[in-house]
Amino acid sequence: MINPHHDQHAVIGEPPGIPEPPFVDLHPGRSQMAMARARLALRSFRSGWAIFVESRIGLLSLATIVLFALMAISHPILMVTVWDAEVYDPVTGYAFDRFEHPSPPNWKHPLGTDPLGRDVLSQLLSSTRSEFVLGITAALVTVGIATTVGAVAAYYGGLVDALFMRLADLIIALPGISLLIVLSALFKLNLFYLALIIGLLGGFGGTAIILKSQALSIRVKPYIEAARVAGGGHFHIIFVHIIPNLLPLSLLYMMFTVTGAIFAEAVLSFLGLLDLRMSWGIMIHTANTGGYLLGGTRYWWLIVPASASITFLCSAFYLVGRALDEVVNPRLRRHHG
Amino acid sequence: MTNYLAKRAGQMVLTLFLIVTLTFFLVQAQPGDYATFYALNPDLPAEVRAQIKESFGLDKPLWEQYLIHMKNTFTGNFGVSFGHFPRPVIEVLAERLPRTAVLFLTATAASFYIGFFLGKAIAWRRGGVLEYAATISGATLFTAFTPAFGLMMIWIFAFKLGWLPVGKFLDPLVWRGAEVSANHVFSYMLVTAAAFVVFAFLVLFLFRRSGRIGRAPWVAPVIVAGALAIPVAWAFSDLGYLALDILRHMILPIVTLTLISFAGTMLLTRNSMLETMREDYVMAARAKGLPEKVVRDRHAARNALLPVVTSLVYSLIFAIDGSVIIEAVFSWPGTGMTLLDAVRSEDLPLVMGAMMFIGLFSLLAHVIVDVLYVYLDPRIRYQ
Repeated sequence: MINPHHDQHAVIGEPPGIPEPPFVDLHPGRSQMAMARARLALRSFRSGWAIFVESRIGLLSLATIVLFALMAISHPILMVTVWDAEVYDPVTGYAFDRFEHPSPPNWKHPLGTDPLGRDVLSQLLSSTRSEFVLGITAALVTVGIATTVGAVAAYYGGLVDALFMRLADLIIALPGISLLIVLSALFKLNLFYLALIIGLLGGFGGTAIILKSQALSIRVKPYIEAARVAGGGHFHIIFVHIIPNLLPLSLLYMMFTVTGAIFAEAVLSFLGLLDLRMSWGIMIHTANTGGYLLGGTRYWWLIVPASASITFLCSAFYLVGRALDEVVNPRLRRHHG
Repeated sequence: MTNYLAKRAGQMVLTLFLIVTLTFFLVQAQPGDYATFYALNPDLPAEVRAQIKESFGLDKPLWEQYLIHMKNTFTGNFGVSFGHFPRPVIEVLAERLPRTAVLFLTATAASFYIGFFLGKAIAWRRGGVLEYAATISGATLFTAFTPAFGLMMIWIFAFKLGWLPVGKFLDPLVWRGAEVSANHVFSYMLVTAAAFVVFAFLVLFLFRRSGRIGRAPWVAPVIVAGALAIPVAWAFSDLGYLALDILRHMILPIVTLTLISFAGTMLLTRNSMLETMREDYVMAARAKGLPEKVVRDRHAARNALLPVVTSLVYSLIFAIDGSVIIEAVFSWPGTGMTLLDAVRSEDLPLVMGAMMFIGLFSLLAHVIVDVLYVYLDPRIRYQ
């Protein structure tokens, strides 16, 4: 029997206690997309950070980089506030208050003076800035080129791929330092050109190959297919879907490029082949040409601060890269993520 | 396999061709002019100048010069060095190439062996003291500022302790009465070393496939006996003391180069091992009840070796660059130091020649890696 008073809707209708299903907007606006992306990025950053923190070496190295960055910032501040440019300028300064140079550390010159009477601490701090500029410029150029080349080569394949990969093979076969030595004989290399050359060599060389192999695995993911079905152009797919997914690996190779760039600069300056104002390599070059290096521990302030800085900053970037490797590559982790 | 090697060899020739092209156009692109550089050099007598001008075709258009340069390079005519004036570039380089080769090959072999061994060990026992010590010291040495590290080694072992000579290739005081040239003695030393390597490989290879796990117990003593026979034989010849002098000068550069380059292989082996250790066949080997050492060396490490060898190319290039720096620091008169001296004195023909040979060197290294890879990976061998 059908009860006419019984409303069918009331029977099927919402029983108390079960909430309404969440509203799913199938056509989200641009700002909502951006919000969602930002939230996703934040979440992946947090989980990545949790893995990164697990590696004590990586954390320590990150602290070292921050310390060096603070050193780089401190130099212009000190020059404006405390240090007199005539005495403390890293290139043209002269410590009038000491009678013989190089003089050992004292209160006015915490790391002593070099054979030409210039303050070693000031040289060290001012060089830090140029090392960062060099390293980061080289890394940005490398990664910018390598990411684009890798994505384009993986996406198009065929002739484009073959061309870029043969070029990369050729560049890998070139010994970089030797090539830079030859280049320095033919041209005047300053910081910018050096960064550019290192960036170009890295970007079209080994880094491109590694990023391409990663891009290959991204290219076959379903969302690329979906983007293509939805009518995305080649340009759109490469720059919106492939490259953002290459970025974690790119960041990793930025770290290694910075190490390489700083090292190359130091070696070339040490050999006296670069056209720079001041750098850690030039500091050691100055001490070496003056014959102070084989004095061993007697003139330690001429060699230890500069070479320790090179070693620490290079290895800090390198080890941060290694720690990032564990974040990016789950197979290296101690626990399955 | 033959196909694979032939293809790689073809690529090598192409790469060499490109390197020569690159150096030619780099020299052309520099401010000033290669032709005037040659023609206006006051150190050269007029007839030599005319001869060079003709042989390099400096009065011809660029593309023709390029072809002539290409032909000259591949027929071994690199011109005459400005710095070592009457001597042709090829002669200067031929004298110095073996010295670099020895420095580089010994250090690379040693650093690869040490790196692989340590990498294997620290991956197997993760989180131990050894891992931290090896990672930190390895990475520090790897990124240590090579010239400063080299000078520190000189200061400790040559200056303070006085065990080894400070630098250079030989001690003139020892060689004062000698009637043979250093290169003569050195080439004998090279032949001895090559013979020993062949001997050791033969012994290892002949008695490897005895069907047992591990080597026959007497293989190691035979190799050690062979190694001991060499100094005895040299001691009885009258060149023994000269060889010893060269050897003493070789130790410090080789040890330094080994120390700075082993970490790359070590860290890579560690990563590669960590990936292989998760494979099922390692678990299967364990489940079979094989001893831990056999699982590590025969099952995990053997497969972890492949990616390490693939990227051996990178470490070889690193070692070539490293040997340029080491040669500069230790005044070791090899190709790298020749390059550096030539660059400093703007001896362009020598610069181009030395760069060409360093490029050739890295290409040869590639070929060796390829052959090694074919040997290690059956998938390529039986294609």
